[in-house]
Amino acid sequence: MTKQGPRNDPPILELRGITKSYPTVLANDSVDLEVFPGEIHAVLGENGAGKSTLMKVIYGSTQPDSGEILWQQENRTIRSPALARSLGIGMVFQHFSLFETLTVAQNISLAVPGKLEDLSARIVEIGHKFGLEVAPDTLVYSLSVGERQRVEIIRCILQNPKLLILDEPTSVLPPQGIDQLFKTLRQLADTGCAIIYISHKLEEIRALCDEATILRQGKVVGTVDPKDTSTSSLARMMIGGEIPISEKSNHKNESKVLLKIDRLSLSSADPYGVSLKDICLQVNAGEVVGIAGVSGNGQSELMQLISGEQRFVTEGQGDLLFEGNPFGHLDPAERRSLGLNFVPEERLGRGAVPPMSLSDNTLLTGFSQGMVQRQLIVRKEVNAAAEKCIDAHDVRCGGFSAIAQSLSGGNLQKFIVGRELSMTPKLFVVSQPTWGVDVGAAANIRQQLLLLAERGSGVLLVSEELDELFEITDTLCVAYRGQLSKPMLTQEVDRLTIGRMMTGLGTTEERAAS
Amino acid sequence: MTETLIFICAGTMAAATPILFAAMGELVVERTGVLNLSIEGMMATGAAAAFAVATVYESSLLGFAVATISAGLLSVVFATLTLIFLANQVAAGLAVGILGLGVSALIGKKHEGFTIEPLKSVDWGFLSDIPVVGRILFQHDFVLYAGILLIAIVWFVLTRTKLGLIIKAVGEAPEAAHAIGYPVILIRFLAVFFGGAMAGLGGAYLTLAYTPLWAEGLVAGRGWIAVALVVFGSWRAHRVALGAYLFGAISLLELSIQGLGLAIPSQVLSAAPYVMTIVILVLISRDARQIRLNSPASLGVTYRHQS
Repeated sequence: MTKQGPRNDPPILELRGITKSYPTVLANDSVDLEVFPGEIHAVLGENGAGKSTLMKVIYGSTQPDSGEILWQQENRTIRSPALARSLGIGMVFQHFSLFETLTVAQNISLAVPGKLEDLSARIVEIGHKFGLEVAPDTLVYSLSVGERQRVEIIRCILQNPKLLILDEPTSVLPPQGIDQLFKTLRQLADTGCAIIYISHKLEEIRALCDEATILRQGKVVGTVDPKDTSTSSLARMMIGGEIPISEKSNHKNESKVLLKIDRLSLSSADPYGVSLKDICLQVNAGEVVGIAGVSGNGQSELMQLISGEQRFVTEGQGDLLFEGNPFGHLDPAERRSLGLNFVPEERLGRGAVPPMSLSDNTLLTGFSQGMVQRQLIVRKEVNAAAEKCIDAHDVRCGGFSAIAQSLSGGNLQKFIVGRELSMTPKLFVVSQPTWGVDVGAAANIRQQLLLLAERGSGVLLVSEELDELFEITDTLCVAYRGQLSKPMLTQEVDRLTIGRMMTGLGTTEERAAS
Repeated sequence: MTETLIFICAGTMAAATPILFAAMGELVVERTGVLNLSIEGMMATGAAAAFAVATVYESSLLGFAVATISAGLLSVVFATLTLIFLANQVAAGLAVGILGLGVSALIGKKHEGFTIEPLKSVDWGFLSDIPVVGRILFQHDFVLYAGILLIAIVWFVLTRTKLGLIIKAVGEAPEAAHAIGYPVILIRFLAVFFGGAMAGLGGAYLTLAYTPLWAEGLVAGRGWIAVALVVFGSWRAHRVALGAYLFGAISLLELSIQGLGLAIPSQVLSAAPYVMTIVILVLISRDARQIRLNSPASLGVTYRHQS
């Protein structure tokens, strides 16, 4: 045994034969799990493998159909999250459970006892110690996804949990942030706190976790020590096959300019938003351009301008050109008809209407593809398009009538990307396309983006994941505090430089050089 | 001239009080994310019940107590329908509101045409004798002052306390509030009860202090105005209160104008308080950021536990 430490004590949490079924799927099929104090335990699995359901069972937000939960060796029915929290179980959600119109400190005070002023001080202190810096009196709605996650983690840490569950926590962090988070988690584990770490990032799990339980289609397929197991065998257990790798071919760069943004400045109307300063960006046909950066540095503002969610008329300065013509005054539908297609960062709410079926969601952007004739909806066409998209992109769901929010993050994302691709965009603008998406699906999405570029379209990819950017982009820019760096050829830069520029360290040298 | 001014100012405070109670109650209800459209019916029930009890037992205090309880019970019906049986809030609110109007007519029928002694003014000692100001501010009954205290309490609780944060959290994202362990349904249930009880108090003030008599249709849309004030006051206590006083002032102004004998059709004058209150509130509450920060995002949305 390599790890005597944690395993000497009895398990803090033990699941026996947990089974949970939903109308269309069997989410958990007789799952067993043992977690020991001071252990970082990975739960690994593809989308829809039942990880989230299992965590909901532990956290009390759903009840299993059968099976037992033993907490500190006592058989418990965890009826509600309130009970789970009083037992000492904390959870950082993938879809955050924060209140947008409250400040950071107020949000935390709802879960942690104490006066607001004291809490604010502790938030700053913890933020400093664990690299989770966030201003306590900021309103949450103005925070980026990454910052919101920090708030969630701080909220959990302040509750001194005995067991902490993290659902895909690194997907929104910059590389330095991931190191920091790992340090935090190890520190926490050293104090005796058990951690359940849900992820699909195999390298991370191998670097961090003491034990890994792998789920596939609701069943446990194995429990291994990830440090003694190779990435490829972990992947095989998870997927039941080999991981697809996106192949970047050396395609020719056509010189036709699709998107050109020239010295664009726009001050934000929202006092907590980011003002864009002097943005220059160009996307050519056949090219994948990436924008790296920690979220909250102006990416969402820029994306809203390009997608038309925010129209660009007179408020700011600069030019916004598509194939040489200004398009800032057009609404999103008009932009789509020009061949600009978008996949926004938020899948639920922006990318898809959560309570509507997949076929209705197809209709929302694809209405011009023969789905509406003489102002009447042609159901057959809509359903056929949805079905085609589901088949073509291996979306696992209950058919075209499935409700968008019932799909797991990755499956919904595959659907949204597929839906937009079916309209053969000239310029495809995607924001965080693989956030919370498992390996197989993420590789599939990246492959689609490359394929699109090979066929001569332009792709603009905003992402926080450096691996992804380095894998598929031709040119890279870094967003920092509302400014965009000069474009760099991806082959000629390394991760370290980009990582430094993401935190503002590289920019001064960069400017001096230019 | 001074007399008219005193008449308008003093009258404003009395005219605003019934709406003030109902609107403060509804404010708390809506802040938890529940839209209760049955305020009009609850006010009517409170008004009729209070008047019936006060004439039979000759006790205004008992009248207020019974009004609070009866309108509170009616709100329990609404809360049970919407929070436990997950009925649509708008439909249930309208239905319970109509039920309340019916109940009020039934209770009040026997007591139509009677009058009772209005509430006595609080004795503020020398303060009441101050010229002008004394007659405007210090010659009212205790319930009116309780109404002013209620504004302060609701404002304080909503903006300065943990309870206020919880109420806001439940109204904004019930799922998230549930996830961090708050009993969403219970909190909403209690808020609805509070709202109902306050509407009942407001109604009771109409029949026991303001008019003081009972006639069917006496509430005359004040419950609806209370609902509108909450929305157009962008869910902030001081704005809602301001709206209530505005309504009172304009209705008093209307009476004075009628007294002057100007040739304005009476229908226009009677509509004026309703129209002008809303127009003014809409104009002063246009700040999109404030609306974003204060409106309960889950207002009117049925919440059910996931299972």
